[in-house]
Amino acid sequence: MSQDHSHDQPSDPALQVKALESLLVEKGYVDPAALDALVDAYENKIGPHVGARVVANAWLNPDFKDALLTDAKSALAELGITGWRSANLIALENTPSVHNLVVCTLCSCYPWSVLGLPPTWYKSGPFRSRAVIDPRGVLGEFGVALPEEVEIRVWDSTAELRYLVVPQRPVGSDGLSEDALAALVTRDSMIGTGLARTPGAAAEEAPA
Amino acid sequence: MNGIHDMGGMHGLGPIEIEPDGPVFHAAWEGRVVALGDTMGPWGNWTVDRFRYLRETITPADYLTKPYYEQWLMNFLRLFLEAGLVSESELANGRPDAGAPKHEPKIRIEDVARVAGREDTARREDGKTPRFQPGDAVVARTISPTGHTRLPRYARGKRGVIDRDHGIFVFADTNAHGRGENPQHVYSVRFAARELWGESAAPRDGVYLDLWDDHLDPA
Repeated sequence: MSQDHSHDQPSDPALQVKALESLLVEKGYVDPAALDALVDAYENKIGPHVGARVVANAWLNPDFKDALLTDAKSALAELGITGWRSANLIALENTPSVHNLVVCTLCSCYPWSVLGLPPTWYKSGPFRSRAVIDPRGVLGEFGVALPEEVEIRVWDSTAELRYLVVPQRPVGSDGLSEDALAALVTRDSMIGTGLARTPGAAAEEAPA
Repeated sequence: MNGIHDMGGMHGLGPIEIEPDGPVFHAAWEGRVVALGDTMGPWGNWTVDRFRYLRETITPADYLTKPYYEQWLMNFLRLFLEAGLVSESELANGRPDAGAPKHEPKIRIEDVARVAGREDTARREDGKTPRFQPGDAVVARTISPTGHTRLPRYARGKRGVIDRDHGIFVFADTNAHGRGENPQHVYSVRFAARELWGESAAPRDGVYLDLWDDHLDPA
């Protein structure tokens, strides 16, 4: 881009945002320290590590799992997980016969309180367009092949409900601690585009 | 509106660009956009429904190619202008207009926990009497509004079954246009994949949509 941006708004979003922020600060609307704290929260406080703890708890504690599947908001409050406009959360359990997959075909709705902000591909046309019409093809792109007899349920987040998939607990995970179990729970497994990792494969495994 | 945003069921948009565990923000400005939206919210009182509608009005070429958070920035600029929080000349000059009042921030660092703690704002206690209950056969209405709707094209005219009643929520389709909250029940409606897509779909698969009472008729 040209160095000469004397009058027009800069077209580079980085410059444009910088100019906007300084204008809003100068007008007294915005406190930059609050912006810093918010960015830190988005980057560090919320994220898939929160959801992974929820899933590990569900795997370890059948009563918690029942509570989570019945009334996720109350169950999450027990773990101190609230806020982020995700009160209307619904947990969906994957089983040997049912696989759940979450999408927002119309925009980018996503359960912020447990997964943080969505990855770029989740907001992109290729995923949003095909998740509903060709879920098996989409899963194939993520390296997941499900038997034909498994029922796939695609959840299109068209209202203010938010969905968290509870993946199947992998074989060979008996006796693991909550932390060790949580390390098996990937972001994608809680969207339904992946499966939980198998113990021992956790370190080297990466999605295709 | 029958816009580019309503993507469910389209072909030809390419492979999914999978990113294993990317950073939350790929550039610092992306985080600033999100945080600016949070801190400016109390000054403007716009709704999430209005925000979503504005994004739908971005031209298809921009919608498909501009970075996601740049589209948020475009939205916020429009909202700030509409609400009179900034002027065109201020945006052009990067400085407050002469004589513009100086404000005090409504979100300080000590308020950030409150911003983060916000729960849902769309659920209501009272609304229209539900017309359906779980197990009822329904058909999604065939509508083509030029404004905002949360009933995607791919489900219109299709038959489904009420899976569950989520309770009462603000109706996004009217709220986005300032035509009232019109609170009513939202249901999870199960559509068989073959009802939506035909014989190419797997016989057991289904798609669940969250639809408002006004999106549905008895089948």
